[in-house]
Amino acid sequence: MSSPEVAEVSSARDTAPRPKTRQRARNLGFIPWVAPAAVTILFVFGYSMFQLFAQSFQYHGSWVGLDNFKLVLTDPLFLTAIGHNAMLLAIVPVLLALALLLAILLFETKRGLRGYRATLFFPYILPIPVVGVVFGQLLQFNGALNQALHAVGLGGLAADWLGDPSRALWTMGAIIIWKEVGFGVVLFLARLMSLPSEVFEAARIDGAGFFRMHLHVTIPQLRTLVLFYIVIEAIVMVSWVFNYVYVLTNGQGGPGTSTVVSELYIYREAFQNQAPELAAAAAVLLFIATLVLVVGFFRLQRAGEGTFAE
Amino acid sequence: MSARHLGNVARHSILLACTIGALAPAYIMLTGALKTQREFLLHPWALPSHPQLTAFRSALSDQLGQWFFNTVLLTCISVFVTAAIASFAAWGLVHWPFRGRETVLGITVALMVVPPVVLLIPLFQVGASLGWISTFRIVIIIYVGLMLPFSVYLLANFFRSIPVSILEAAQIDGASPWRIFVQLVLPLSAAPVATLVVVNLLWVWNELLLALVFLQSDSKKTLMVGITGFQSRYSLDIPTVMAGLSIATLPLVLVYMFGQRYFIQGLTAGGVKG
Repeated sequence: MSSPEVAEVSSARDTAPRPKTRQRARNLGFIPWVAPAAVTILFVFGYSMFQLFAQSFQYHGSWVGLDNFKLVLTDPLFLTAIGHNAMLLAIVPVLLALALLLAILLFETKRGLRGYRATLFFPYILPIPVVGVVFGQLLQFNGALNQALHAVGLGGLAADWLGDPSRALWTMGAIIIWKEVGFGVVLFLARLMSLPSEVFEAARIDGAGFFRMHLHVTIPQLRTLVLFYIVIEAIVMVSWVFNYVYVLTNGQGGPGTSTVVSELYIYREAFQNQAPELAAAAAVLLFIATLVLVVGFFRLQRAGEGTFAE
Repeated sequence: MSARHLGNVARHSILLACTIGALAPAYIMLTGALKTQREFLLHPWALPSHPQLTAFRSALSDQLGQWFFNTVLLTCISVFVTAAIASFAAWGLVHWPFRGRETVLGITVALMVVPPVVLLIPLFQVGASLGWISTFRIVIIIYVGLMLPFSVYLLANFFRSIPVSILEAAQIDGASPWRIFVQLVLPLSAAPVATLVVVNLLWVWNELLLALVFLQSDSKKTLMVGITGFQSRYSLDIPTVMAGLSIATLPLVLVYMFGQRYFIQGLTAGGVKG
């Protein structure tokens, strides 16, 4: 494959001015090439977003201003749902710390690196429905996990992981960590392995130990990626956890309302309670939350460029 | 020296523990499929004492085969269409630079993070008014739309890295944009296209929400929707559920084993550069 050599030449080419000999007519030549993708994207994203916003201000076709938003924001179930999303956000730091630790440990490992990486990444490719059903069995009160805990003498830790309302959401958080951590490991490891080794040699000669070296040398090198990973995972917690909840609780968000999240709220309002207008208003709020995260990321990234020379 | 040795042991123990944790559910699933219900409940961690395939047989005699076929069909068509449309679009964007191109690419990148649940309601209403609920075409259109932003972004980035001198040489020889694309650009793009296909393939195969909402009739269900319902239908026959899950996962594991490199490249493409 010739891609590496190709990539090297690219920087020279990007800076070189393009020849301006092309005629105006040729500049429109891109239209037939881009059209199929543009039409599909405009339908799936453009039309839907427009329609969604329009519907969130209507009820049975007539304009109701902000009423839908008022109803949604005063619905205790919706507030519970976004509260749960916020609680899931709290596991992002845990996820990040674990991913960083594993990536650094792998980076220091010469033997077995590939095998470890392939297995740690394995959960990430598994379908959430499969993961959900298997964990659902594993975490039963008489299930495999509690049996294992009893067997090693930690029976006191055994619990009704998914049936206890005070635990169910955190159990789900642990499953999300289990599935998502491999993504971070692969991401960080790829960057670490592409860094010049002098960076680490210098610190090692200075006699930096494991923690000092990684805290002061390695992690600063990963700054942008860490930020990227935090944003991606924050978006996951806010707006991509539907599958876990749906599969683990049979679409109920139970026990009680202990695992209802905003996506499930939207899904149920739209398809079970036949209130698409309320669902649309909730979806608009969810979209805005996602947007805030993304914009915040770009702000932080830009601010970071000024202070850190990378 | 001994401190270093201790560090090595600690590191490998942590990594090994995590490896075991990562594989444990798959182990439970696969061995569970070969056990009897009683054995699964009593000894979930043990190897099956008398491995048997009855669970696989009963899973397949249900509609699993139909769902499997539906998923394969949906996945193949939407991944292929996405790859084709995205490569056209990326080439169009790169070969004919126009004002606002960077903005178009920027918006495309931003679309990657729009949660599907946000688009669900309006799309469902369109689907319903067209009478396309429980048809594959509406789902394929939506899947293609959702996969396009990442796909166009990835390919456009790659096409931009092709040295302009190669393309200009071909242009001087009088080759049309179409010929340059088919004979020059595509053959160079085998690696990014493979990345794209692997990432998209796994995404479509695993997708649940849209399939759940749009494909309601039993004969049109996908594997993921089907096996989600499996657990309540076979709550007294866990081995059959586990067999169904194993069958649904097997193709993914194969893709992962052979396409791991491309998959990792695809996932890091967004992050490492940014």
